[in-house]
Amino acid sequence: MDFNGSDTIPGPRTEDHLPHTAQSAVKIVIVGGFGVGKTTMVGSVSEIRPLTTEETMTQAGIGVDDNYGSESKTATTVAMDFGRISITDKLVLYLFGTPGQERFWFLWNGLFEGALGAVVLVDTRRLEVSFDVMGRLEERGVPFVVAVNSFPDAPRYPIEELRTALDLAPEIPIMDCDVRRRASSKEVLMTLMRFLHSLALSGALT
Amino acid sequence: MTPPRRKRRQPQQLPPPPPPLPKPADGEENPRYPERLYTIAGTADGGRAELDLVTLIVSRSGPPPSASPEEAAVLRLCTAPLSVAELSAYLNLPFSAMTVLITELITTELVQARAPIVRQSVPDRSLLEAVMHGLQRL
Ligand SMILES: Nc1nc2c(ncn2[C@@H]2O[C@H](COP(=O)(O)OP(=O)(O)OP(=O)(O)O)[C@@H](O)[C@H]2O)c(=O)[nH]1
Ligand SMILES: [Mg+2]
Repeated sequence: MDFNGSDTIPGPRTEDHLPHTAQSAVKIVIVGGFGVGKTTMVGSVSEIRPLTTEETMTQAGIGVDDNYGSESKTATTVAMDFGRISITDKLVLYLFGTPGQERFWFLWNGLFEGALGAVVLVDTRRLEVSFDVMGRLEERGVPFVVAVNSFPDAPRYPIEELRTALDLAPEIPIMDCDVRRRASSKEVLMTLMRFLHSLALSGALT
Repeated sequence: MTPPRRKRRQPQQLPPPPPPLPKPADGEENPRYPERLYTIAGTADGGRAELDLVTLIVSRSGPPPSASPEEAAVLRLCTAPLSVAELSAYLNLPFSAMTVLITELITTELVQARAPIVRQSVPDRSLLEAVMHGLQRL
């Protein structure tokens, strides 16, 4: 990395600066398998060009995965795309797109702890890649909604058939979406927020 | 054709969250919403402060002559509040490396950290409503 002269480090455009009154932030995680549309969804609603942050974890025994076949220590690097939405002059929302595979779960113990909730993005061509992460969210008590991103060549199932296949609790919202469209991504986020709100009203969040 | 099937899982018994830590004496006005209170301070052995991806960092002053190029870059970028995640992206540093750098700046009082609001066991409805209103305006 070349840090000769920090003036050269590009920062946010002036119009992207948060106001000084910005006091605190909240986060929502968009989780799904490879290529399901996480980055597209972040980009379609973000007020800034999506950015990428990385985290690396080195630990014996993590990454039990064919791509990381070494026996002792494995380093898992994960890139997370994220975007930002200013809610008020005091409050900022960040959206993180993160892969759902098991070897990335270390993120949930640290970085994504405290997220208000999650959107599980599924692709009906590979529904099963989202099974593990949904189970993990259930075990950890992280509230989530399911959004079905429809690709042209993907099998179409009635939403209720998907609900049954995913064994979703009856109160968990599931909906079709097209993450390339801002209105559609926004509706998914609104559905998550309404769900969180209903949980708050019923005192069901623990 | 029928889709593959999954089996729902039950919440696991997790240990109760630790009690909130006292707020750092920072002269900062209380935010409107309850928040998880982090210990924002470098530890004696130089461990990293408990910084979240979305902790907002704000410069308290311009870079002193002693600042490293990376530190100077953070201080310049944070003249307006910026999350740790954004700093990590702009400086092209992994999150954990970024937190080490920021912890040092917190310890030397060159930046201020504004803790995020995290999901509560007793959810804050006014917070959720504020987020909904903000999203609606998109
Ligand atoms: N037809 C169609 N294409 C989409 C849709 N959403 C995303 N794509 C395309 O699918 C590709 C993958 O989308 P990404 O947003 O990069 O997916 P991702 O989940 O971030 O992918 P990784 O980060 O690589 O795991 C891109 O070429 C998108 O343009 C959709 O709703 N319909
Ligand atoms: Mg992506």
